[in-house]
Amino acid sequence: MRESSFAPSRVLIYLVVSLLAAAWLAPLVVVVLNSLRTNEEIAQGSMIGWPQHFAWGNYALAWGGFCVAESCNGIRPYMLNSALITIPATILSTLLGAVAGYAVSLWRFRGDNWIYGIVTLGLFLPQQMRLLPWTIVLRDIGLINTLTGLVLIHTIQGLSFTVLFCRNYYVAIPHELIRAARIDGAGFFRIFWRIILPLSPPILIVTVIWQFTHIWNEFLFGVTFTTGQQQPVTAALIALSAAVADIPQHGVQSAAVIIAALPTLLVYLLGGRYFVRGLTAGAVK
Amino acid sequence: MVRRLPEFLMIWVPLLLSAAHLISFSIWTIWISFTPSTLIPVSGWVGLHNYTAVLASRNWQIAFDNLLLFGIAFVLFSLMTGLVLAILLDQRIRAENVLRSIFLYPLAVSFVVTGTVWSWLLNPGIGIEKLVHDLGWTTFHFDWLVNRDMAIWTIVIAAVWQSSGFAMALFLAGLRSVDADIIKAAQIDGAGPIRTYWRVVLPTLWPITITVIVIQLQFAISAFDLVRALTNGGPGIATQLPALVVYDLMFQRSQLGRGAAAAVLMLLILLAVLLPYAAWRYVQRRQANHA
Repeated sequence: MRESSFAPSRVLIYLVVSLLAAAWLAPLVVVVLNSLRTNEEIAQGSMIGWPQHFAWGNYALAWGGFCVAESCNGIRPYMLNSALITIPATILSTLLGAVAGYAVSLWRFRGDNWIYGIVTLGLFLPQQMRLLPWTIVLRDIGLINTLTGLVLIHTIQGLSFTVLFCRNYYVAIPHELIRAARIDGAGFFRIFWRIILPLSPPILIVTVIWQFTHIWNEFLFGVTFTTGQQQPVTAALIALSAAVADIPQHGVQSAAVIIAALPTLLVYLLGGRYFVRGLTAGAVK
Repeated sequence: MVRRLPEFLMIWVPLLLSAAHLISFSIWTIWISFTPSTLIPVSGWVGLHNYTAVLASRNWQIAFDNLLLFGIAFVLFSLMTGLVLAILLDQRIRAENVLRSIFLYPLAVSFVVTGTVWSWLLNPGIGIEKLVHDLGWTTFHFDWLVNRDMAIWTIVIAAVWQSSGFAMALFLAGLRSVDADIIKAAQIDGAGPIRTYWRVVLPTLWPITITVIVIQLQFAISAFDLVRALTNGGPGIATQLPALVVYDLMFQRSQLGRGAAAAVLMLLILLAVLLPYAAWRYVQRRQANHA
């Protein structure tokens, strides 16, 4: 409602909105400040406070020297695991989703609506219904406790989202374009490469951002199908807080939390517009 | 046919893998829920025994009560917060983009991270209570995280903080799509801004509201990461939720049959939310087509 203007109460509006924004930022500010305070300093006061002197060493410890379970390599190996899971799974699920979304929207075939309907059911089905079957499938094909196993799961499960996003986008492409190309003798892949892909960057960015954040942030599969050195960083963070429960190390832990959250925060800062579009595209199913 | 093989594979393999795993995995889990499986899946038939055992367990009963309270409180508060944020941001204020980014950033971060941070803030020994004590107000009390009766509310707080930006984004899109002519007409009729909002603008948001409610409920039903990081179901089992019960039965107590039954119960709760929504969408679409 751009037309309205609450002139007399504008000060109040700014006040309320600033307070709310401060409340929303507070957890982030607190954890950033704590990542720069020593463990002793936090233990003497509370989690909320300004660093007396900047303890940059927390980041070095969190990255490469801290002990999680038996090994003392910090969260670096787990960050690497998350990257090795997230990047291939994002690329694979996006590419396959683009081809399949193109096929179900513009290349009609028998049963396409049915199969599309079933695939999108994956958006709703609770993960708990898939935990046991995945355990057995991964064990039988020898991929339990491997990064490849998690890539496989995220690729297949991600298709529900990527096919939906791409299909909804491709449906809006004029069918005449495809028909004309077919009359000229272009086949399925030629049309995909020459016509569909050049039109696709907007939806591919949305899909990549959505898949990247989802897979990076995923925890349940990581903790169920991998242990120890094979775990993604989300699972490692939980293991870390369990490990330091007796002797709190909140400074180092805060630094680890920041490092683990950094990739998705960066993606959000760089592609916020597309992130929101994915959010709302996922909502209006 | 051979010439078309690559295209055939590229279309069908991903679609069939996705569809086949959804159907076969669901059927398999439902089947397991009727078997006496414990440590490993076994065949056999125990009827509804696993279901009655789960439903009779204290763990599940607390989880279900918690889900009701958490689901309702979380959805109500995140809707209200989201609506207030959207209305505020709709007032042609400066730095709207920055503010919108601030309210949405929690959605980009994992529940593990935000749950961990909130567990520090809400921990009376090191968080907000300790800060207020250090500032001199020593009788201040805010110990919900470790209080059996109140701990579930800490999950509500963290979940509302995390997710109201989502409601805000959808409401804002709705507010922006309201026909400017209708608003002008209302103002010409002498309606003030508050009256205009209440009578003209907000009623148009109903379809969005229902969509947001359904999506937030879907999140509440399968909530796992946030609780795991924030309270891990504690103190005791005071913040137990169905998703944690399933995990506990399947992977900690090796009660596969019961775990599967609890997972199917989760699915049924979800269907109780989704089926009416699907019916509502169907009716809406038919009305739109007839109009």
